[in-house]
Amino acid sequence: MSNFLTSSIGKKIILSLSGLFLIAFLCVHLALNLLLIVDNSGELFNIGAHFMATNPIIKIVEPILAIGFIIHIILASILTLQNRGARPIKYDLRRQSGNCTWASRNMYILGGLVLIFLFVHLWNFWWKIKFAGDPLLAEINVDGTAMENTYALVSGLFKSSIIYCFLYILGGIFLGLHLTHGFWSAFQSIGLCNQIWRKRLECLAKIFAFIIAAGFCIIPLYFMLGLAN
Amino acid sequence: MADKILKELTLKIWRQKDAKSKGGFETYKIHDISTGSSFLEMLDILNEQLVSENKEPVAFDHDCREGICGTCSLFIDGRAHGPDDDVTTCQLHMRRFQDGATITIEPWRCGAFPVIKDLIVDRGAYEKILQAGGYVSVNTGGVPDGNAIPIAKPAADEAMDAAACIGCGACAATCKNSSAMLFVAAKVSQLALLPQGKIEAARRAKAMVAKMDELGFGNCTNTGACESECPKSISIEHIARLNREFLKAKLKD
Ligand code: HEM
Ligand code: SF4
Ligand code: FES
Repeated sequence: MSNFLTSSIGKKIILSLSGLFLIAFLCVHLALNLLLIVDNSGELFNIGAHFMATNPIIKIVEPILAIGFIIHIILASILTLQNRGARPIKYDLRRQSGNCTWASRNMYILGGLVLIFLFVHLWNFWWKIKFAGDPLLAEINVDGTAMENTYALVSGLFKSSIIYCFLYILGGIFLGLHLTHGFWSAFQSIGLCNQIWRKRLECLAKIFAFIIAAGFCIIPLYFMLGLAN
Repeated sequence: MADKILKELTLKIWRQKDAKSKGGFETYKIHDISTGSSFLEMLDILNEQLVSENKEPVAFDHDCREGICGTCSLFIDGRAHGPDDDVTTCQLHMRRFQDGATITIEPWRCGAFPVIKDLIVDRGAYEKILQAGGYVSVNTGGVPDGNAIPIAKPAADEAMDAAACIGCGACAATCKNSSAMLFVAAKVSQLALLPQGKIEAARRAKAMVAKMDELGFGNCTNTGACESECPKSISIEHIARLNREFLKAKLKD
């Protein structure tokens, strides 16, 4: 496996594996978050959040997830920088819209926007839950188990700020766009694609991206429309 | 039906004295071009005009002028080989342009394809990739029997599709990442699909990818632009095969 990581294809394979890992995380994350709108009392979501916060397996996965993000971002940055450098003199006139999708041409920008959103998102919740604390998190008792009221923190943010609601909707849309290309591109990069599977994967990518984007957007929308009370 | 005549065209062409000079766009007017003439014939007419005015003609690459040699290039109005799909520049006709149009003509822009003069670039980088592994080693001797090694029809067809690559360079020229993956994939695929090529498949995939990277081509992000612009419609399914071949080869190391 010598110089696998310095080769273009090697880097792409690691990028796609990290991307697929992040996709797996997204599925779990979305499923859990949808509890926010399934149960207005917040109990289900609080139980879910408490389970995630205390489960030993999740404790192990959390740093791996962080590493997954870091690998994905570092490789994406290296690849993008190298690609910029590969064409020192740019074209004067370029018509790419008929050749390839907008998302495929703007993966780094879309990823960057997702990253900015991610920082805001971590600061909103993760940081407060883990370190800073927040009065809304005051301990509650669900079926005899004491836990933080994560539901109050999340619903509090969305109920109090329409700006944050829009920001979270935007985050969902950027992520969805990233995945319209990223999902099938990941399979292509590891070589799991051919003429027949390409059509299927491209179609699946659109469906998956839509589910992820719609799923994450629906949550702030739900609170914005006042459906939570 | 007689061909229509385009009364006037404005050509915005990249001019560059040699590899070291800076280069820039020059604008030329050209008149009375038949829509039946090919794009390169139109440039021939421009060059005759320039010669008669005692100016340096525009240098551009061409050879067979029937879409088989891969010598012609040109980035025309923002697209490799011009506005038509699945054709080389020599197969492009002036009927694709409107009277009074301004046509921008640029050389392939790719760090690994430096401009030699005007619209001509040095595509030697593709030759170097081929030299690194785009061949099969055979012993000299008697001609082997054509049917001695049976090859399944689907594999033969796919290999043939990949073998249609003419090495024109449009893939790297059009790619936003200047990636040569479609070319390399076509060459690796064409041989990896056949029994004669399988023997050296692992070594070939590694050597050709290493050479491609060394020459400064970018990294593929599967945009698929290459496949749209490839005059021979080489599919990026071959890129998936190259990725597979490369991964297999590296896992064996
Ligand atoms: C939850 C967040 C994210 C997910 C699920 C995700 C997923 C993916 C997937 C599956 C791919 C395809 C990999 C491949 O083809 O090799 C990909 C590619 C890429 N990602 Fe992400 N990504 C995320 C965040 C980011 C971030 C934060 C950045 C940048 C700062 C980024 C930048 C890129 C770039 C530049 C590509 C390469 C384009 C391509 O090869 O198709 N991504 N991403
Ligand atoms: S793959 Fe297509 S575009 Fe690339 S060099 Fe071959 S014929 Fe030209
Ligand atoms: S001149 Fe031979 S392909 Fe165009």
